[in-house]
Amino acid sequence: MVYSYYPGCTLKSKAVDLDMGARKAAEALGITMVEIPEWQCCGGVYPMAKDEVATKLSSVRALEYAKEQGQDLLTLCSACHHVLKRVNNDMANDAEIRDKVNRYMALEEPYAGETKVIHYLEMLRDVVGFDKIKEAVKNPLTDRKIGAFYGCLLLRPSKTMQFDNPENPSIIEDFITALGATPVKYPLRNECCGGYITMENKDLAKAKVANIVNSAKDAGCDALITACPLCMYNLTQNNDAADLPVYYFTELLCEALGIGKED
Amino acid sequence: MDNMEISKEIQRISGVNPRKCMRCGKCSGTCPAYDQMEYHPHQFVNLALSGKIDKLMESKSIYTCLSCFACVERCPRGVEPANIIEAVRLWKIRQQNQNHLVADQIPAMLDEEIPQQALVSAFRKYKK
Repeated sequence: MVYSYYPGCTLKSKAVDLDMGARKAAEALGITMVEIPEWQCCGGVYPMAKDEVATKLSSVRALEYAKEQGQDLLTLCSACHHVLKRVNNDMANDAEIRDKVNRYMALEEPYAGETKVIHYLEMLRDVVGFDKIKEAVKNPLTDRKIGAFYGCLLLRPSKTMQFDNPENPSIIEDFITALGATPVKYPLRNECCGGYITMENKDLAKAKVANIVNSAKDAGCDALITACPLCMYNLTQNNDAADLPVYYFTELLCEALGIGKED
Repeated sequence: MDNMEISKEIQRISGVNPRKCMRCGKCSGTCPAYDQMEYHPHQFVNLALSGKIDKLMESKSIYTCLSCFACVERCPRGVEPANIIEAVRLWKIRQQNQNHLVADQIPAMLDEEIPQQALVSAFRKYKK
């Protein structure tokens, strides 16, 4: 299976571990990720306003490129996935936005949301299959108690994201199980870490993170995993106690598949 | 612009019909930023309906929404309060010299680990 891959701004700098781990694991699992040339930043947040068109264009350019290749568009960062999937939904279902964007883009054939946007975790679940991942595991993460941190952007709004049950998700727990570790469900796994509010009100971000970390520790988590660089930042840098390790899910995937950082 | 015109504009920008709200308060009950807000999500919906947004625009509450979409997900009437908060904030920052964040402020806010994602997101939310 070959995908058009959209890495996004942070995976090229602060979150290289997320990007590189995903590429190496995909190769080991028979998946080809072809980075979209000259992709542009998605903006990090979905432009909710109905009259915002310019802020949706970078997403449409990536979506349209994948359509030209006849490939699904693979995402990794939760925020990029959220923005691209929701803009794609607008292009498919909101005639006013679709018309305005297409008048601006002046493509040979108008874009109308044809591309399928798939997150790496969905690809592992639906295309590779967690049973196949289990078979590919060389170093099972036995006795490790791992909590999934879903956060907001993968799950909500579920009407558009259709990622998993928004209130009681299981995809990351199933992923953890496939790696041989023990998933630990804790109450605040789909709560907000504060996101970009760390730029506006750091104390609020710290309060949100403290609640999440305490919830995870009380349930017996030894570590958390996330798919979002901003969740990673908040859960590590805005946790003053620094008492709960956080990894990108791809780091654990590589560890279990026996792929080293220098491979 | 009178209040009814403002209300219509907020509805146009947000794509939300605030008349669907039945004031159950679930949006505010689930909001992770509730404690930090002077006006809460259900009040945004009500004030957008009446068009009385002058006080909202001067309130820090419009910059406190985390865009976590908990209110959108859990509203039993599909009202989408987050879209209204976004529309009121845009109403404010689209005016001349009303940016809530400018580039000169950024260097003082940086640390070694802060991801680019935080910066672009904050600019998208707070600056036009």
